[in-house]
Amino acid sequence: MGNFVPHTDADIAAMLEFLGLASLDELYAVVPAAIRLAGLDLPGEIAEADLVAELDAIGAGNRVGSRALCFAGGGAYDHEVPAVVRALAGRSEFVTAYTPYQPEVAQGVLQALFEYQTMVARLSGLPIANASLYDGSAALVEATNLAVATTGSPLIWCSQGVNPRWVEVLRTFARGSGHAIATIGLAGGVTSFDQVPAGRAGAVVVAYPNYLGALEDLAAARAAADRLGAHLIVCQDPIAAGILHSPGQFGTDVVCGEGQALGNPLGFGGPYLGLFSCRAEHVRRLPGRLVGETVDVAGRRAYVTTLRAREQDIRREKASSNVCTNQTLIAVTAAIQLGWLGTEGLRQVALRCARGTRYCRAALLSIPGVEPVSEAPVVREFAVRAPLAPELIVERLLEKGFLAGIPLREGFEGTDVEGGLLVAVTERRTAAEIDGFAAAFAEVIR
Amino acid sequence: MTGDASRRAPGGRAASAPLMGKATEPTIFEYSAPGRRAWSLRTTGLPEWSAEELVPAAHLRAEPLALPEVAERDLVGHFTRLSHRQYSVDLGAYPLGSCTMKYNPKVCDEAASLAAFRDVHPATPPVGAQGWLQVLVELEEALCEITGMAAATLQPAAGAAGELTGLLLMRAWHELAGERRTRVVVPESAHGTNPASVTLGGYTPVTVGTDARGLVDRAALAAVLGPDVAGIVLTNPNTLGLFEEEILEIAQMVHDVGGLLYYDGANLNPILGVVRPGDMGFDIVHLNLHKTFATPHGGGGPGAGPVAVSQRLVDLLPGPRPVRVGDGYGFATPPRSIGRIHSFHGNALVLLRAWCYIKLNGGEGLRRVAQVSVLNANWLHEKLRGAYDFPFDRPVMHECVVSAASLKRETGVRALDVAKRLLEEGFHAPTVYFPLVVEESLMIEPTETESPETVAALAEALVSIAAEARAHAAAGEHQPAHDAPRTTPVGRLDETRAARKLVATFDARERPAD
Repeated sequence: MGNFVPHTDADIAAMLEFLGLASLDELYAVVPAAIRLAGLDLPGEIAEADLVAELDAIGAGNRVGSRALCFAGGGAYDHEVPAVVRALAGRSEFVTAYTPYQPEVAQGVLQALFEYQTMVARLSGLPIANASLYDGSAALVEATNLAVATTGSPLIWCSQGVNPRWVEVLRTFARGSGHAIATIGLAGGVTSFDQVPAGRAGAVVVAYPNYLGALEDLAAARAAADRLGAHLIVCQDPIAAGILHSPGQFGTDVVCGEGQALGNPLGFGGPYLGLFSCRAEHVRRLPGRLVGETVDVAGRRAYVTTLRAREQDIRREKASSNVCTNQTLIAVTAAIQLGWLGTEGLRQVALRCARGTRYCRAALLSIPGVEPVSEAPVVREFAVRAPLAPELIVERLLEKGFLAGIPLREGFEGTDVEGGLLVAVTERRTAAEIDGFAAAFAEVIR
Repeated sequence: MTGDASRRAPGGRAASAPLMGKATEPTIFEYSAPGRRAWSLRTTGLPEWSAEELVPAAHLRAEPLALPEVAERDLVGHFTRLSHRQYSVDLGAYPLGSCTMKYNPKVCDEAASLAAFRDVHPATPPVGAQGWLQVLVELEEALCEITGMAAATLQPAAGAAGELTGLLLMRAWHELAGERRTRVVVPESAHGTNPASVTLGGYTPVTVGTDARGLVDRAALAAVLGPDVAGIVLTNPNTLGLFEEEILEIAQMVHDVGGLLYYDGANLNPILGVVRPGDMGFDIVHLNLHKTFATPHGGGGPGAGPVAVSQRLVDLLPGPRPVRVGDGYGFATPPRSIGRIHSFHGNALVLLRAWCYIKLNGGEGLRRVAQVSVLNANWLHEKLRGAYDFPFDRPVMHECVVSAASLKRETGVRALDVAKRLLEEGFHAPTVYFPLVVEESLMIEPTETESPETVAALAEALVSIAAEARAHAAAGEHQPAHDAPRTTPVGRLDETRAARKLVATFDARERPAD
């Protein structure tokens, strides 16, 4: 019994004898008898081989690969993950370690995080990046917390082009923080910053590219933030960064984003990776862990988590973030993936996504009845409208082996975006696959 | 020990780990050579439009985004060498108190690498994700049985995210009743995430002390309870490794003022199948699947922190939730949901591993996990008697907290020195200086997956470190523990320099800010 407990019955008897106890139950003498259980109402243990067989049977209920060729994005993308990244990120030294509380025996994770921080800082164009947060939505929540703490204003002006699920998370956490979330609407697929009334605010939030794949005017976003005395927070796509300007160039205070696309599988939504970087002046309000370089007693270069006085285990109720365990292994994976891609590889992925996006958009728009949701330039994904509800398009195309995209509903109620379909094309989609998708699309809306 | 156990080798001691030398590993940036590459991408047959044709000039990156340019072979060499500079559960025992660093079964990782689960897009409609939804629903049901609760959300990505979710549920519950309560009670021995989460939940934390037994001071609790108290956040067993034996009375006291009880599941491991938070009177429970349910800690995440609630809070849970629909599965959002707390459905591949772990152990196996974790901790605790102080000399649950206060007074060797000296003996250090209520504390959690031989070797190492310190002090000699660790890739670090002269990226090193 207990596949992973090494103790034999004889071991247990000897240990109990040493403690002067007659049974394992006596270890729990302090637990009130009225609530002590006889056991759990769960099935008995199963063998590993039986588990694997059950997983195969249950897994057949999921559509992947050619049964659901992926044209969905919305913050989760089907990018190339090579064998070398899976092999290195799967090394048990990284997988089965914990937070580097003893840096002398954790230089592996610490140095990998230092390299990760460097790469994320270069993506954002800002000098400081933390060692990861849970996902894109958590990074956005932490970014707004930083902005409110620094500016003293609890009002967040959030573009409607920010991932609507992230904005919902922001609203959930605002129940505790008391922050007010206001929406800046879209016009022609991009944010209308001139809609924002005069006054004061803690932050202006915009996505680059935005949820509909369109390229926002970050200079206009910065100007809007300046009018409000607010921080500018940019939700950056780390893949498109290979061909787009860095938000840091526009005086952005905090860049956050979803890092799943950097070497991690779709995984039904997790574990993903919250990217977070900021200007140097904000480093003492940085959420999560930060790794810094130093030396050991012998003067050797070494790494350690630093500025720890910010963190919850030291600052307790005065901490501006409660983050403890975060997504270290996913951050290490991202560093390995970016090492595999290098300068030209990341540019190629971004470029090939943009090519596929243009090709696929044109193919869909050539179908009678399919219209663009906007004419704004797109590089990562795009939205179309067809004379059929997007939920039905997705359902019918799944029968034909395609995951067609994400229906645009929540977050867009009452706008000209509502009822559209968000389609994403990564570097993994071939012209033949896109042609097949467009042909099937034409059939299902006929 | 039975038979000739004293001659058997301890499987969790890593003192033999081979290392090639003391050189430091360059960063990946220092291996970079312009034009060298590892990447290759699929042939797509798409028109090769240029960046200038695709991206408006106002948005087109002017300078290439500099990333390391290395060959695949060098990428592998670099990260493999980094891995050799990293301690892990697979290498040896990791008795880090409160972190439950148990062995992580390999088949659970293999499950998470199956394409049928790994490659599913989170926006796949339920008809194409029945397998995933079945796993998530069954996991929720098993966690509810284990905790004695009615329903759970699987969205929180870690324990602290679960805590904040729980506090938002507490807030929403009181608001529904038209109440604006302002304070939440937190024991002084609580994990740091507790008071931080309470603040982020919009509440003011109120601290209650620990009594002479190491338990919540009930008189102090009675003094702070009132109609403005929204609830209490408790860990049971608490961070001293002690079971709050008056939990039923405490629950009554909190419920009597209209408050809710929140259970921090960090220490659930020792009570699996023995006693349930729901039966103790808790209303909200978070679990750390990366602790209790053996999902790998990943160097500090990803974890998973599901939150289970009693029946009266079910309608408030975050949505959308995986649910049974007829013979199949779908999503539903509870009518008074507090809203999403994750981009999608939580750390799904972590949740899948926990589902596997529960299946592999079964109900009886989980109970055995708890029992042996408690057995190991008590056995270890007793072996340390005399070498270290016992601030609360009572039977413990999954971990024990001892103090190096006398040792420090007698020899100058502190808890930190003991921890560093233990690394030289081939073991990861315990948690030190937490909980804060114990001076020079060493918080040791062997877990159930370490064999009796390993626990014995760990105890012996800790005892001999104390004996060594006392012998050197008696002889008036320099303490070796002050120089420890000497066998690790690097020695003690200059942490002050790291904070004062911040170098948080390779680029900061190249161009110092000052």
